[in-house]
Amino acid sequence: MSMMSKLKEAMVGLKAGRVTLDYPAQPRPVAGNFRGRPIFDATKCIGCAGCANNCPAREILVLDVCQEIRILQYLGRRCTYCGRCADVCPEKAITMSQEYETATDKIGDLEQRLELFMSTCQRCGRCFKEGSPLEQLKLKGYRFDDLANERWIFRSRSYLESEPVADDIHIQMD
Amino acid sequence: MLKNLCQKMFGRSLWVYHANSGGCNGCDIEVLNVLTPYYDVERFGIKLVGSPRHADAMLCQGPALRATARALRNAYDAMPAPKLVFAIGGCACGGGIWHDTYAVLGPVEKVIPVNFYIPGCPPRPEAIIYGVAVAVGLVDKKVAPVTFKQLEMPIPRYHPGDLSGRDEMVVYEKVDKI
Repeated sequence: MSMMSKLKEAMVGLKAGRVTLDYPAQPRPVAGNFRGRPIFDATKCIGCAGCANNCPAREILVLDVCQEIRILQYLGRRCTYCGRCADVCPEKAITMSQEYETATDKIGDLEQRLELFMSTCQRCGRCFKEGSPLEQLKLKGYRFDDLANERWIFRSRSYLESEPVADDIHIQMD
Repeated sequence: MLKNLCQKMFGRSLWVYHANSGGCNGCDIEVLNVLTPYYDVERFGIKLVGSPRHADAMLCQGPALRATARALRNAYDAMPAPKLVFAIGGCACGGGIWHDTYAVLGPVEKVIPVNFYIPGCPPRPEAIIYGVAVAVGLVDKKVAPVTFKQLEMPIPRYHPGDLSGRDEMVVYEKVDKI
């Protein structure tokens, strides 16, 4: 009886076969609806900054260098791959790729930086720039994010100091 | 240089310690998924240990919080000297989706030096294996920073020079990009 149960166990064990993936040697495809790293297409982007306004992790930064050049920087470090940017993009310039092998030793490898050409007004040759700071606050999408410190500044020209806001309470580390 | 050091120091079994400093447990589940027989990282000699004093590498999940930053630093200091730190997940790499709230100090690299980053929310178990394989030197990394420069407006733009009058009808001829 005991012998039979052992034989039965051996049969079950032989039938199961090998389930372990041979992953780094063999590629491992993902499911069709998998969302990986977003890829920004600079030839389609019109620089509306809708992705930056809708990003839940707020990691798409926008800096207007002058009236014809806008820098859009995707940091890629805290992206949750939610696909919201690809949904709101009017020109379908953002595609969610199926790329997940993004491990790196430098966090800057994940950045995508677009220097976009912004069209000016046909009549006056200038962008519509609002006069007073109060009117600039109302203007959605006209932004001056802090690219050097990689921080998002909400709808304002006010420049925050270089120390992060969350670090105001200093923790002693020996 | 880091890769050579990794191959020299951690060429054999890599014992990992699993530290969560305030994540949502999504990355924990993926890390434990890596240790199951389906993915089976023990074929590379990777083993989960319970104490940072036994560990060669630390897998960090979650952002550095005000409450846990000190404990994370102590765990890092307790590891013996050639040590690696992996930041797993979007929280550990960049502070997470709540990176600007009052309790979050930021990514774990604010508290401890990080050697390898594995972004994702959570990363797939394959992505974690890939990150460890990059560290050990089995595969090469695939990502690189990308910079694009746009020299023309991508959508067609109205220009009054392209208008032509044709019997009481004004036709816009040129729809090309400028």
